[in-house]
Amino acid sequence: MFQIGPLGFAQPWLLLAAIALPLLIILLRAIPPAPIRRRFPGVALLLGLNDDSVQTDRTPWWLLLLRMMALAAIIVGFAGPVLNPENREQGSGPLLILTDGSWAEANDWTARMSRIEALVANAGRQGRTIAVASLTDLPADGPVFQSAEAAERMIGAIRPNAWLPDDTEVTEWVAALDSDFDTYWLSDGLGRPSRSVIADLDDHGAVTVFERLRPVYGLHPARFDDGAIRLDVLRSLPTEDPVTIAAIGRDPAGVERELSRQPLTFPEGALTARLTFELPPEIRNRLTRFEIVGQPTAGAVSLTDDSLKRREIALIPAGASQEGLQLLSPLHYLREALAPNAELIEVPLADAIPANPDIIILTDTAALPQQEAEALSAWVDDGGMLVRFAGPRLASSDISRTGEDDLLPVRLRTGGRTVGGTMSWGEPKALAPFKDGSPFVGLQIPGDVTVSTQVVAQPDPTLADRVIAELADGTPLVTRKESGAGQIVLFHVTANAEWSTLPLSGLFPAMLERLAIAVRPAAPDAAEFEGTIWSLDQRLLADGCLAREDETVAYEGEIVATGKVGPDLPPGLYRGQDRLLAVNTITADQRLTAANWPAGTDIERPQAAEERDLSAWFLVSALVLLTLDVIGTLGLTGRLRHAATVLIALLILQPHPSQAQDDDLIRAASEVVLAHVLTGDDGLDEMAHQGLYGLSDMLFRRTSVEPGRPMGVDLETDELSVFPLLYWPVNADQPLPSAEAYAKLNRYLATGGMILFDTRDADRATYGNTTAEGRKLQTIAAGLDIPPLEPVPADHILTRTFYLLQDFPGRYNGQIWAEASDPAAQQIEGMPFRNLNDGVTPVVIGGNDWAAAWAANDYGQPIYPVGRGSAGQQQREISYRFGINLVMNVLTGNYKSDQVHVPDLLDRLGQ
Amino acid sequence: MTDPLALRAEAEHLASPMPTLLAEAEHLATTVILGEHGRRRAGLGDTFWQYRPAQDHDEARLIDWRRSARSDSTFVQDKEWQIAQSVLLWIDRSASMGFTSLKSGETKGHRARVLALATSILMVRGGERVGLTGLRLPPRRGAQQIEQMASILAEDETTEYGSPATDGMLPHSRALFISDFLGDLSGVEDALLRAADRGVGGALLQILDPQEEEFPFDGRTIFESMGGNLKHETLRARDLKAEYLERLAERKDRLAHLARTAGWQFHTHHTMQSAMSALLWLFGALERKR
Repeated sequence: MFQIGPLGFAQPWLLLAAIALPLLIILLRAIPPAPIRRRFPGVALLLGLNDDSVQTDRTPWWLLLLRMMALAAIIVGFAGPVLNPENREQGSGPLLILTDGSWAEANDWTARMSRIEALVANAGRQGRTIAVASLTDLPADGPVFQSAEAAERMIGAIRPNAWLPDDTEVTEWVAALDSDFDTYWLSDGLGRPSRSVIADLDDHGAVTVFERLRPVYGLHPARFDDGAIRLDVLRSLPTEDPVTIAAIGRDPAGVERELSRQPLTFPEGALTARLTFELPPEIRNRLTRFEIVGQPTAGAVSLTDDSLKRREIALIPAGASQEGLQLLSPLHYLREALAPNAELIEVPLADAIPANPDIIILTDTAALPQQEAEALSAWVDDGGMLVRFAGPRLASSDISRTGEDDLLPVRLRTGGRTVGGTMSWGEPKALAPFKDGSPFVGLQIPGDVTVSTQVVAQPDPTLADRVIAELADGTPLVTRKESGAGQIVLFHVTANAEWSTLPLSGLFPAMLERLAIAVRPAAPDAAEFEGTIWSLDQRLLADGCLAREDETVAYEGEIVATGKVGPDLPPGLYRGQDRLLAVNTITADQRLTAANWPAGTDIERPQAAEERDLSAWFLVSALVLLTLDVIGTLGLTGRLRHAATVLIALLILQPHPSQAQDDDLIRAASEVVLAHVLTGDDGLDEMAHQGLYGLSDMLFRRTSVEPGRPMGVDLETDELSVFPLLYWPVNADQPLPSAEAYAKLNRYLATGGMILFDTRDADRATYGNTTAEGRKLQTIAAGLDIPPLEPVPADHILTRTFYLLQDFPGRYNGQIWAEASDPAAQQIEGMPFRNLNDGVTPVVIGGNDWAAAWAANDYGQPIYPVGRGSAGQQQREISYRFGINLVMNVLTGNYKSDQVHVPDLLDRLGQ
Repeated sequence: MTDPLALRAEAEHLASPMPTLLAEAEHLATTVILGEHGRRRAGLGDTFWQYRPAQDHDEARLIDWRRSARSDSTFVQDKEWQIAQSVLLWIDRSASMGFTSLKSGETKGHRARVLALATSILMVRGGERVGLTGLRLPPRRGAQQIEQMASILAEDETTEYGSPATDGMLPHSRALFISDFLGDLSGVEDALLRAADRGVGGALLQILDPQEEEFPFDGRTIFESMGGNLKHETLRARDLKAEYLERLAERKDRLAHLARTAGWQFHTHHTMQSAMSALLWLFGALERKR
């Protein structure tokens, strides 16, 4: 390659064309700009006048310079200028290309691969044999040196892994090498003990290390500490760049999105920094992972598991605030038992229910206000857990006496009972061992737990099933009942030490924990892992993406407990029996350091002088210069003003948008116009427009409906009421309508409009297997006022508004859904169909991609293929017929349903 | 042989500007109030001018007895002088008059014709006889004459620049020359000389386009005359502006001087201005001699 300083040229011989430039000067100077011919009667007065200066006869110097520069730029641009061209290595003998293959390489993996490809190609040109190996995936039998062609095929199979090379394995592998070869080592830039094998490699031949001088970032697993999430961020090199950490989780709709982000600047020269995320528990419970923004590597991702999740528990004080000693407060013991492991909120019940806590604890509350009781039972039915404690008020109230209260698991006897007091017989009662089937089974009962007062359950056929703890004499102590998806638990004693010593004992927190009130401690200890089997739920790839794992491989608990990632334990989310465990790439005690190469190592650093192709720059600047030349020439010939006038006129003549919108609205109101919802995807909008155009055309030809040109409708800004039918192609990434747009849509549906939803997914959405469009449709439709739906029955009005149809195909032929018909509709004797839909269904939902089947260009020719051959033609025809039927249904309502009476009417007329 | 259909189409095309021209001229003429421009002296005529005491040379039958009966002396009724004058017009219809730079597309030639017809209409209404120089339309009065004049004016000439025709100019009549006077001035000079010889007074109206007055050109330009016979190439039109304007001013001076020597009036009118102003000037100029 020909080189001048840092600039090299791919086609240097093209530069010879520059010799022609001086020649061009002479040519250009001789040719002045072309004159304008102008009719002018005053020419008689001009005759005989001479120009002052003869110089303008020639091209002015600045125009000449401009053109010369443009030409020079073109010549240089085509000569392929390259800044800092890389020198290709020369060498002979076998070449071993090693790559670390770790996650730290994932963010520039393609660049590395192209580097390897270039190396292989270069070595191939020199006739060398090549072996390529990844240190995280070492070939068992040592490197295989082969021809460049064979090696090139091998390259594609090398992928970065989400772990680092194993030091001992690498050392052993290198030690086993024999014969002579040169080595080219692509390093990920991280320091490891196994870097020392470079000395061994040096014995075999020359070693070159390719390393990018940039920090590698990593994240330690997130910890929960003092009410906040703490994250350690690692880097391998102290540079100036600040990083941003994003917390990612699911939003209330279940869509994964960024929930929070925080910038982080490392302390000067430090390799680790600590970041604190203080997030409200609602958000914290939704977190799935943290990642460093712009670092797509597995190390820069920290997966979170159940250990960050903390239950939210609402403690409801009993009635009005009681002045009293703290130790007598029923909430005190609950607070002590629950605070370490759960989020507590203490607010009145009316405020607690909207906060949707996991658990609500009521202490000694009898009757609740009607409204609160309803809200509470709705919350329980939704999966909430209500825990109640008895007390003097509950004992003295009439609640759940005659009939079972909704919010109590059992009926209660009046007054309760007292044992072992000064005024009563007997001894305070101890607890009976927990029975099988009780959630408390297996808990040790301390001997000093006694109950002196309690409320007593009425004997009942269902009582036995509901008791989960009882006293030694068999009276129920804790009862539970399921209610909807949730449950209600009643402790028949108070939450303070007044009626029993239970709250004083260690049994109390254990029982609460068993009730899934408290959450397990953050890190399960190794003993818990013993003998357990885990399955990999989601695998963390080297580039930091999570991939759902389809294969079910069993991982033994002992291996999972080590947390040491490698081929045997890929990082990701592991699922045990009842919990999710995150195995992160970087363990809590790992540090990242820069690679420590021994002195004298030949290190190639790419970014010091990166190869840059400059031809685009030169060609673009040539274009700019030529544009300037056009302007200059126009100015010189006095035509610039005209050009400017034309430009300005064009700018002014741009139609005013709001005016156009009003015009559209008037047009839509004055004729039948089909409309489609603009999804923001230009291709899709175009297709919907073409589809409706094709359908409008077909309507015009075949029916007395003569629609105008279809329109795209922006839900946010456009008026909908003028359109009889909205076609809504559902796109997986279209934005949701705003609240106002939803209000508009609901008004539209309520006042007789119809929306045809088309998921265009061939109705592949079945139970448990939805497509992205199907899910999108669900989220869109959630805000719409849509009646119950059913698959269109065979005698639906849509089957006969214009054509008689059995199915409703577009490009696909799947089931479509419309408003459910009146279940009471019966087939009347002598009528071919039931009188189903008195009114037009507001929505029709399907996935048949109708627009594509309808789409036609201006000549009425179909644009997209449907099916094959004449069967496809037939399907397109039927799809047009469906479209016509649909529009007819919208425009004429249930008119065709009434047609069944025509024979009767004719009969009567005949009389 | 000419295809009669084509001939007719051509004729209709030719005739088409005439009615509009006439209408426009009529419209323009209605804006001038006549009365002001009566002869204002006693003479032969039909309308009453004044009573004067009868003198010896007055025939007895001329005495107005009704007036005389009111006093002791006798009176004679003078009539207003109504001897008609002849006004001869020359309108430049050459190619150079076809130039316009206006958005409305109104050429100098159009303006000249409208003004000429409007003047003629006024003159005819005032009882004068109008005609065109040259021998095609000798001065006559009446609406018929106006129509004939319009049909002749609707024709275009192919010459590059026009030069006034002086044939048929009656002695002591009045004349009106409308042109841009951008061509050779010797023809004008000659015509004025002959007019002065015959005691003909009148007016020169120069009609110019705004571009001709301003010369707003720049850059390398080839200027061509409207017929394409004359050409002048320049590399920087802007440099010529000063010299051009100087020459134009010189030409106007010369025309004014010529007019003054011959006892004529000279005025420059631009197509950009309203035709009304020019018509008023024309009226005053043709009146002033009287």
